[in-house]
Amino acid sequence: MKYRKIANSIAVNAIAWIVSAILIIPLLLILINSFKTSIAASDMNLVLPSEWKFDNFLVVIQKGKLDTAFLNSMIYSVGSVTLCTFLASMASFVLSRRRKRSSKLLYLFFVLGITMPINFVSLMKVMQVMHLYNTRFGVILLYAALQMPFTIFLTYGFISKIPRDIDEAAVLDGCTPLRLFFSVILPLLKPVLITVMVLTFLNTWNEFVLPLYFTGSTDKWPMTLAVYNFFGIYFKDWNLICADIVLTSVPVIIVYFLGQKYIVSGMTSGAVKG
Amino acid sequence: MNERKTYPLYFVYGALILYVALCVIPGLIGIGYSFTDWSSYSDEINFIGLKNFATIFSPDENYVEYLSNTILFTLVTTICKSVIGLSLAVLLTKKIRGLNIHRAIMYMPAVISTLIVGMTFKSILNPQIGLLNESLRSIGLDVFALKWLTDSKIAFWSVMAVDIWKGVGYIMTIFIAGIMAISPAYFEAAEIDGATSWQKFKSITLPLLMPTIAVTTVLNVLYGLKVFDIVYSLTNGGPGYATEVLYTGVYKEFSQGRYAVGTTLSSVMFVVMLFVGYFMIKIMTKKEVEE
Repeated sequence: MKYRKIANSIAVNAIAWIVSAILIIPLLLILINSFKTSIAASDMNLVLPSEWKFDNFLVVIQKGKLDTAFLNSMIYSVGSVTLCTFLASMASFVLSRRRKRSSKLLYLFFVLGITMPINFVSLMKVMQVMHLYNTRFGVILLYAALQMPFTIFLTYGFISKIPRDIDEAAVLDGCTPLRLFFSVILPLLKPVLITVMVLTFLNTWNEFVLPLYFTGSTDKWPMTLAVYNFFGIYFKDWNLICADIVLTSVPVIIVYFLGQKYIVSGMTSGAVKG
Repeated sequence: MNERKTYPLYFVYGALILYVALCVIPGLIGIGYSFTDWSSYSDEINFIGLKNFATIFSPDENYVEYLSNTILFTLVTTICKSVIGLSLAVLLTKKIRGLNIHRAIMYMPAVISTLIVGMTFKSILNPQIGLLNESLRSIGLDVFALKWLTDSKIAFWSVMAVDIWKGVGYIMTIFIAGIMAISPAYFEAAEIDGATSWQKFKSITLPLLMPTIAVTTVLNVLYGLKVFDIVYSLTNGGPGYATEVLYTGVYKEFSQGRYAVGTTLSSVMFVVMLFVGYFMIKIMTKKEVEE
């Protein structure tokens, strides 16, 4: 009986390691090859580089115009994160506090957007009419709009748990609605706001379809599209492609490790409610 | 306290305007445009009735294939992600050393851009120098060293496999949260009664996890129907039309300026998804309504 338990535990641990290996090896492959010479990287294997080429990264930044791309990605991510978090939490606050049926319906109308597919073709028309086509501002607005439903879903659920007594006390003290929201409610929302911001940032940073459709010029491309374009031109230099991939993924990995707790709580809320 | 005064509606306007203008309106006018001959070749837009829909469902064109590919993709990835994700979740809620390391690693592919995952696997699945075939050859399994992405018979399966690789960690994480929410008292009671692991899984974990399974299924289905990124970055629909799905089809129509057909494909999707979405909302907001 005891032996069986030990054997079981070894088997379970082994399976866990094998699965982890399958999931991490492709990522390690990219990391290792980003330090190799072009010839050494042409095999794309897991052998450690014999000669460590750290200037691959500098070459990529210059050749791939990563400075502009990085700036674009930052503008899109930070811009849409700020706008989306701000507007969504304001809307959620009012929608969850009002007891009327119409507020409930409006909330459901927003949440329906989680499933709604984007019609890129007619969206282009709308963007053109609003003079947002091929502008950075347009891309920011789009990202904010597309992530609005899920953000409202998360913040609405959180605000519903904050007691109304707080609002009443603040109103009695003479708070205006704006003051009530910004100095009383907003600080209480910190946990859910961090979750929302981390998720929106990651989504925006990783996304490439909107710029693919709606920015005609390469100078407005984010890092994901820049790396894909680079891949098309330097398809023989896997060391450079890998270096480019590493640079594009570093911000995401950093945010992931810093905000792991928040990401998981955000991604699983709605799915699991206890 | 006056509800209207304390919670003014203008708080909602910003979010509402953005959402309606950029999500709802394009969807609705897209349906309108699908009855026209809108294209980049002419400035005129004429009403042509159901002609676009006839084109899409006509057996002479490839669009039906896009549709069936999308459904196949959705079915296969949903089933595989659920089964593998659930097995991993059960595994990772047991006593394992370095549990948090495993969980962190397994979730990692989910946070990396799909475009990057696609490029990485283009290298790994390269028939000559790719890591997969090199490894297969080194252990003598030359027969299995296939042309993963360029053989039209297996390319779509390779795309689905990569997608499962990327997505399974996310589904697993949801399942882990679901299993952790089950009261340990059930398992302890079963332990005392001498239940085996399989019996515990079958009679406790699985039934109590049903709501979670419902949600992951809806998430997987929604994702599968909307899939674009992974196909675009791995094969871009090729070889031929072997891996073409609805959204890569829409992009192709868009880039060739055949806007009307593109918007018609999108509109078919729009209606299907709203239908699926209705059920999803019902599941996701169930608890709130009960409160």
